[in-house]
Amino acid sequence: MSLKNNLVVMLLFSAIVLSAPWWLAPIGANYPDLLQKFAIFGLFAIGFNILFGLTGYLSFGHAAFLGVGSYTAVWSFKLLTMNVIPAVILGTLVSGVFALLIGWLSLRRSGIYFSILTLAFAQMSYSLAYSVLTPITNGETGLQLSQQDPRVLDAMAGIVPTEGLPTTNLFGMPMSGYSGFYFCAVLLIIGFWVTLKIFRSPYGLKLTAIKSNTMRMKYTGFNTRPYLLSAFVISGMFAGLAGSLMAVTDPLAGAERMQWTASGEVVLMTILGGAGTLIGPLLGVGIIKYFENIFSALNDSALRAAYDFLPAGLADFLTTVTSPFVGEGWHLTLGLLFMLVVIFLPGGVMQGISLISRFLRRRLGMAGESGGAS
Amino acid sequence: MDAILIQILNGLDKGGAYALIALGLTLAFGTLGIVNFAHGALFMLGAFGAVSVQQLLTISKRVKDESITFFDAYKEIPYLEIWWGDTGRMIIDYAVPISILFVIPFMLLIGVLMERGLIKHFYKRTHADQILVTFGLAIVLQELVKAYFGANPIPTPAPAVVSGSAPVGAFFGLGEDLVYPWWRLIYLLASGLIIFAVFAFLKFTTFGMVVRAGMADRETVGLLGINVQRRFTIVFGLAAVVAGVAGALYAPILPPDYHMGMDFLVLSFVVVVVGGMGSLEGAVAAGFLLGILQSFASMNEVKSIIPGIDQIIIYLVAVVILLVRPRGLMGREGVMED
Repeated sequence: MSLKNNLVVMLLFSAIVLSAPWWLAPIGANYPDLLQKFAIFGLFAIGFNILFGLTGYLSFGHAAFLGVGSYTAVWSFKLLTMNVIPAVILGTLVSGVFALLIGWLSLRRSGIYFSILTLAFAQMSYSLAYSVLTPITNGETGLQLSQQDPRVLDAMAGIVPTEGLPTTNLFGMPMSGYSGFYFCAVLLIIGFWVTLKIFRSPYGLKLTAIKSNTMRMKYTGFNTRPYLLSAFVISGMFAGLAGSLMAVTDPLAGAERMQWTASGEVVLMTILGGAGTLIGPLLGVGIIKYFENIFSALNDSALRAAYDFLPAGLADFLTTVTSPFVGEGWHLTLGLLFMLVVIFLPGGVMQGISLISRFLRRRLGMAGESGGAS
Repeated sequence: MDAILIQILNGLDKGGAYALIALGLTLAFGTLGIVNFAHGALFMLGAFGAVSVQQLLTISKRVKDESITFFDAYKEIPYLEIWWGDTGRMIIDYAVPISILFVIPFMLLIGVLMERGLIKHFYKRTHADQILVTFGLAIVLQELVKAYFGANPIPTPAPAVVSGSAPVGAFFGLGEDLVYPWWRLIYLLASGLIIFAVFAFLKFTTFGMVVRAGMADRETVGLLGINVQRRFTIVFGLAAVVAGVAGALYAPILPPDYHMGMDFLVLSFVVVVVGGMGSLEGAVAAGFLLGILQSFASMNEVKSIIPGIDQIIIYLVAVVILLVRPRGLMGREGVMED
């Protein structure tokens, strides 16, 4: 019964994730929309973490895979069936192929060149999705469902859309609200199991070794490229899965998902939580998405109400000082927070937790010793 | 022929902006070894320097409009115009050139503060960490600007004298109807001048010589009893000034908004990489080259052959260069070549 045992970890993790609607209720984060976001971005971040956290290769192009996953999923809804299973599988596979292509080229270089190359590829995909690929991506409007879509498999099964747009479903169960969340949650658990397996395998160790000293790995006669490429493809597939889940919970896809700022967001989440740790990225996602939700809803009057218990002058002052940081200015808070983390806690929240627990243990240990002496 | 000339001018113009930002990026990288993702934000700050000077000069008084008699109408007249009449109006008209005078010391201050306050602590950290912290700083700067100036582009016109078009066709003997905006020509000239000034400063002054020596071998220069660090800090400030002036001059061409910095940064990084990390000449050459390539790719004749090429040409070139010639066009052998 320890955290060294994969089964224990998985049971614990599944219990925590599946009961999220219940234990997130006290902080007001238990509505389906936000829960789905937690799970989807969680998948995106743990996938990104396989590449960045283990190998240290900083990709600024993962949003491209997210976008490809979304587009593929929506096309699957349009052409095949409204059932989500083919959409998710196809989305993951197609972005895997895409990642293989980009990774094969980008991984010829390392360091900052790798970052620039992935950035360049992602920007290219974004620009193309906006302009030339309009027949596939529907340009600025974004790809949407329509009632006239063929949906071959649905038609064969005799399901004909009656009124309005059809909804995504899992064998008849609609994929909105809590059922949508549980679907994403199950995939998150599976994804987490995959990362756990990778982290605790010789394969994962080799990836970590590449991060700590590529040169030495190469000099010992070890070919690093297949390992890097496979890690890149796996993390690309995670991004594609996250993208297709975005389409599952809300069946439309737009090019803005591929913009490099979206890649920047997943980098922020991973670093904030703690790159290279198992649950760090999930913590990062939780913190960013939760506070984004709360902070962007706040406005001046809400702030004024929060400071109501203070003397009037002080409350006014605090309202003026803090108002640029909430609502529209949430990104300002995020940027500052991120800078502070990179400067003082390069290991993210996870490093903070381990520092605090070490500090506490030392204090408690010392207290125990002195207690024993008396 | 006319179309080609116009495209070359267009390209040089855009290339001028790329080259100036890339030059600053390269200066920061070559001296301090810092990969600065906040450099685009400095460009944007410069542009908003022009905006704020313009707004300061046009602070207005609300007065009754006497020409309308049948109801009370008010109009805003800038104080400068009230005080000095035509002279005041002229000063307002020249807001953008005047702003340069303020942008230079302001950006120098920002650059030095940024280096001393933040960058200093990141010399020993990995490039990934440097990218991340400056990326965070860029977000903070652009959100601050957004909070103060709003999210919409703010038109910042050039002086009226040069707001029209220059008969470039007549200059080259190609016919009267070939024209090009004066301000863009001025921008092109100014970027050439700034680039020339930076190179002259590095080449012909003692300070520049020490900086170049420090870039080549920092340790030896330090052993000679020269404070390399302080000079590098000033160079970082200089890079900020170059970006800021480039931004202020670009304001009449593209009304500044808060994310213009990011848009230019991504392209400028590509430019730096194509030119070769750490090579100043490479950055400038690649800037103009990619600018011209981009403007040719956006010609209708080219677009009809390869659709969408105008959107991706720069990235495509960067990918090809990075894969076949790792150190870029003019990179020194062995610098960041892994």
